[in-house]
Amino acid sequence: MGLISKKNKRALVDPMWDNNPISLQVLGICSALAVTVKLDTAFVMSLAVIFVLTMSNVAVSILRNFIPAKIRILIMLSVIATLVILADLILKALVYDISKQLSVFVGLIITNCIILGRAEAFASANPVWPSFWDGLGNALGYAWILIAVAFFRELLGSGKLFGFSVIPESFYRAGYDNIGLMVLAPGAFLLLGIIIWVQRAISHKVEE
Amino acid sequence: MHSNRYTITFALVICVSCGVLLAVVAETLRPAIEKNEKFDIRRNILKATGILEDHPQATPETMTQLYEKHIREIVINLDGNQVPGKTPSETDFKKEKELLPVYLRMDGDTVKAYCFPVSGKGLWSQIEGYLALGNDADHIKGITFYKHGETPGLGGEISTEEYTDQFKGKTIFDDSGNMVSITIAKGKIPESMPEDHKKHMVDGISGATLTGKGINVFLAEDLKKYEPYLRQIRKQG
Repeated sequence: MGLISKKNKRALVDPMWDNNPISLQVLGICSALAVTVKLDTAFVMSLAVIFVLTMSNVAVSILRNFIPAKIRILIMLSVIATLVILADLILKALVYDISKQLSVFVGLIITNCIILGRAEAFASANPVWPSFWDGLGNALGYAWILIAVAFFRELLGSGKLFGFSVIPESFYRAGYDNIGLMVLAPGAFLLLGIIIWVQRAISHKVEE
Repeated sequence: MHSNRYTITFALVICVSCGVLLAVVAETLRPAIEKNEKFDIRRNILKATGILEDHPQATPETMTQLYEKHIREIVINLDGNQVPGKTPSETDFKKEKELLPVYLRMDGDTVKAYCFPVSGKGLWSQIEGYLALGNDADHIKGITFYKHGETPGLGGEISTEEYTDQFKGKTIFDDSGNMVSITIAKGKIPESMPEDHKKHMVDGISGATLTGKGINVFLAEDLKKYEPYLRQIRKQG
């Protein structure tokens, strides 16, 4: 047994592909639509979710034997809300410009179903260490989809990557146009659909 | 099953510890956040008045120097007269509604631009920005929108330079001297629009017509407040 046991590794790797929170469980797509217009916002949003989801899983797991069943959702939500406000404050202090662009979406991590979902489904029934890996895995699964969607939206919608123009001026002169649809939420919907399609085509997973 | 007493105590302990944690972190980070906000405002004044354009290599450190060298902060009243001995940073404009801040861009002894805050409701949110007029108090030197909660990619585009650049050189007074403010068109300015209207108009953002409408309203309102001051400058100039 190395640093990370087989079970923990599954908790980490499963949500990346086979059990991805966005592309398979279709959770948390509200923010996936909202912050993926540009790569840098998607990137910072991913970091915030990684922080909140990992920490909330750990905190809920530590408390799991003490939380009264009657008010467990309330307790989980207070833990999550605290972490989200923490993340928001830290972003404001460190990367003020990006936190301004993310505006309300950091705050809306509170309502991201992935986080409460993992707390309720996994962390409240598992020890701390596996919960940590499960939280990290799910957050990374969320993050890579977010960044993939943002990559295509920024490239096709604005002709940029991380704010730098990558499509040469000559393309535009030759009649190439940015796809306005990609800047709008439906563009993210289409891309998500395509990602889910491609993923299922590869893994041959069929909905029963 | 836990007893009610246990449940309530547990909830209280969680609430208090979360609250204390947040209060401590917020208090620790407050100086950094306030510094960021203040710096952001200064950078926007520098941007609106065109100083950043003249110094493209400015770094955060030199921006503070540029600000101290070029910007003079004054306070005026609604009649357009300067109130001596007052500075914007020491005045609470929410309480003293008859006072207004003006940031002058000084190049040596000459005023190059008059800059003042503009703010109001967009579609979803309070938009805040700075508008700078050239030394004729008519041509727009620059405008910035630094704080808003408009939809990213739609109304949110108002804070991009591509968008704000098109305000430059537009005028707020018409040929007969009436203040007409600046209007954001719905979509592109129609080709058929007469030239003397076009110089008071900028293109809108498709998908953000209502953000543009909001900006139209508060620009007109804020300019109205500064009108006496601007007229005085025009008379002198």
